[in-house]
Amino acid sequence: MSSETLAHDVTHAGHDEHAEGHAHPGDKQYVVVALILGLFTAIEVLTYFVDFGGLAIPTLLALMVIKFAMVVLYFMHLKFDSPVFMRLFIVGIALALSVYCVMLAAFQFGT
Amino acid sequence: MADAATIEAPVAAAEHGAHRTSTGLSNNKIGMWLFLASDCLLFGALISTYLLYHDRISALQLGPDAVFDIPFTSVSSFVLLLSSLTMVLALSALQRGDIARNRLWLFVTAMLGATFVGGQVYEFTTFYHEGLGYTTNLFGSAFYTMTGFHGIHVTVGIVMLMSLLIKSLRGNLTKENAETVEIVGLYWHFVDIVWILIFTVVYLIEVS
Repeated sequence: MSSETLAHDVTHAGHDEHAEGHAHPGDKQYVVVALILGLFTAIEVLTYFVDFGGLAIPTLLALMVIKFAMVVLYFMHLKFDSPVFMRLFIVGIALALSVYCVMLAAFQFGT
Repeated sequence: MADAATIEAPVAAAEHGAHRTSTGLSNNKIGMWLFLASDCLLFGALISTYLLYHDRISALQLGPDAVFDIPFTSVSSFVLLLSSLTMVLALSALQRGDIARNRLWLFVTAMLGATFVGGQVYEFTTFYHEGLGYTTNLFGSAFYTMTGFHGIHVTVGIVMLMSLLIKSLRGNLTKENAETVEIVGLYWHFVDIVWILIFTVVYLIEVS
């Protein structure tokens, strides 16, 4: 990333930060998000009691990703906050995923 | 010599709190996000280790199918999820200047966290009595290390929440420093999203 791009991001981040206090959702929206998260968790638990067959694992993984994204975007305010925070977090997740890939490769080819 | 307008502009900006730092972002918030990004690596390594070792058990030893109690863990998951809602309501209340509700939601969040940790202690104790110790097999070692580290994170979060509550009762937590609650909230929600991953990958997929 060039220094100009970074400076541009940071400049915008400053403005976004200044405005973030007004952009956060209200209590009702937080409750709605929590209800959706609860519903998704209930569906996940349902896969234990009801046989979903081959759909069980894809359903569980999809719901996990959606729940993860909803908490990060709404409760952690990344949807409304500076994009710099989003980038920091994505770097962390990418590194974590690469750790898994490296370990998987090490076990597959190194043992 | 600089004219009056050049001098007054940054002063006016500082008065409005627009650019408290050279980046225009809160250093404390950047610090917390950097910590959370690095914590992704820790949990990435722990979950990876579990996934690679979870089936390293002999035929006579206890494995995930034998010990996991999904209904019990599901209740714990709902409790932690609910605590994320109460945490964000605590922040929202303080941003409105509602100190009483902020204290209430901080306390409820800490209690929900304590309920979750209590559930984890009960789960560990049950597993141990069923014959799954820390060194019984690689599954046990990886499972206890991963979920134990998560439990420690929740416990640290409870300590932070109680510290905020004490700070509030002393009159030092007001609308003006709501960012402190927001930063603790980021940590708390992170603990929640890690559990979202663990609950699905470790518990539900394992028994499905």
